Amino acid sequence: MDLLILVIQCFVITLAVTGGFAYLTLFERRVLARLQNRVGPNRAGPNGFLQPIADAVKLFFKEDIVPSRADKWVYLVAPAMAVIPALIIWAVIPFGCLNINWDYAACFNQSGAGLHNILQIADIDVGVLYLLAITSIGVYGITLAGWASNSKYSMLGSIRSSAQLISYELALGCAVLSVVMTYGTFSTRLIVLQQGGLWGVVPQILGFSLFLVASTAEVVRAPFDLVEAEQELAGGYTTEYGSMKFALFFMAEYIKLIAVSAIAVTFFFGGWRFPGLETLGRGMTELAGPVVGALVMGIVSLAAFLLKVLFFLFLSVWVRASWPRMRYDRLMTFGWKWLLPLGLLNIVYTAVVFVLVPGQAVASVVLCGVGLITMGVAAGLSRSARPAGIVKAARVSGD
Amino acid sequence: MDLILFIITGAIALIGAGAMLISRNAVHSALFLLMNFGAIAVLFLLLQSPFLFTIQLTVYAGAIMVLFLFVVMLLGAEQVENATPDRLAWSRPLAMALGLALLAVAGVVALRTPSAAVPDSAQALGFGEPSQLGKLLFTDYLLPFEITGVILLVAVIGVVVLNQRGRKL
Repeated sequence: MDLLILVIQCFVITLAVTGGFAYLTLFERRVLARLQNRVGPNRAGPNGFLQPIADAVKLFFKEDIVPSRADKWVYLVAPAMAVIPALIIWAVIPFGCLNINWDYAACFNQSGAGLHNILQIADIDVGVLYLLAITSIGVYGITLAGWASNSKYSMLGSIRSSAQLISYELALGCAVLSVVMTYGTFSTRLIVLQQGGLWGVVPQILGFSLFLVASTAEVVRAPFDLVEAEQELAGGYTTEYGSMKFALFFMAEYIKLIAVSAIAVTFFFGGWRFPGLETLGRGMTELAGPVVGALVMGIVSLAAFLLKVLFFLFLSVWVRASWPRMRYDRLMTFGWKWLLPLGLLNIVYTAVVFVLVPGQAVASVVLCGVGLITMGVAAGLSRSARPAGIVKAARVSGD
Repeated sequence: MDLILFIITGAIALIGAGAMLISRNAVHSALFLLMNFGAIAVLFLLLQSPFLFTIQLTVYAGAIMVLFLFVVMLLGAEQVENATPDRLAWSRPLAMALGLALLAVAGVVALRTPSAAVPDSAQALGFGEPSQLGKLLFTDYLLPFEITGVILLVAVIGVVVLNQRGRKL
């Protein structure tokens, strides 16, 4: 029985995430078009609702080629190695709390006794580390695709990607580590549970900013999309791929984007929680019995989670429409000289404040203040840190 | 169930290790090694230690192998040249002899250990926990832990110093 539920969960989540990818592409194209004063795809179905299906059919019927000088096996394995991490990362993320032992209150129980939450596949006690581990093996798909294609554009794209992902993984790890220090647990369920009062973004405002930037770089989205940089690399690692193999890379990229949004929600925006959820569960249980109470609780918490994720997806599209691509040396300088030191500082802040200041709430607010001040100082320093020569040269050429 | 999983995983690990040695292409070797690391991570999971599973994936599969691949790809050193005579011809038999010796020692140890000394899964359950591991690292094994940290720091400083010297010339 348990095995059957597990298999169904895996199927449902895989299909849901893939469907989410399809409609995320439509969402992105429509929103991007609006932000650029265009209309976007609106021909297939009402408001372009069937556009993703049309795209999928088109990609299926394209010719499937393997370049003659490519390393055939690695070329074929690379798309799979891109998609698999993007899918298995979802195993530890809690989407909501639907307890099929029909007791809503168990969702808010620290020990998790009597809890069988079907909206989270695996509640393991090292969930956060699992997320980091899967993120770190996500680089293989891109790297191998670029190498196996045996083309200089693909190769440059994949070398850029491995350097970029290794660099930004450190800042990402620092941000995640400070969250772990704040809540004192590696379990994603407990991290969500402890955000009943203040959301994680309050104590970890600096950590959240770092996470947002580093995770955008980690999923190679604009403005960190040097890996595919159409103007210089003709598409980077996907240049030599066509048909469904290209679609798999595309899919992996967008699923990873949804996944990091979901992780950001879980760590910093209370996961599936929102104020009054517990009261709602209690009220529905008293009104209509425990089964309805648990069901309502599950559906509402899932909806809250999805809405928060949607906000982050919109943010990502907005960023893509607003910022130009970074230069490669700036990318490296930013990652190593700004994000990593700030991440280490944030770990020190978290440790010191939680030891010195009594009370979780007060410490959180103090940490928020310190984080904001640090970000302000860093922004000021980065403005004054430009070499004088370049500024002078720019002024001269401006005259 | 556990035994079947163990046999399958062990076979994958062995195949990965063997294929890594035989393969003539450095990138293929790296991929087979990755397969081996993945299988060993799953073995940790079968030993009820999810913490070591994630660490194995993060450190070996996620960091070290990526760097290997990066260097191999950057230098374009994928193919082993067959034309050049092997200058380290003596190393192969030596490595084989030492490997066999290690295998023999491991076998002797495994056979001699009484089965009572092997902790059962209930005992092992608390072992792999991150909090327990952290406590041990910062109390009983503080000195080795700090020394490892200093060694890594020395390596980092060494890289910076070597790089600076190259720039001045």
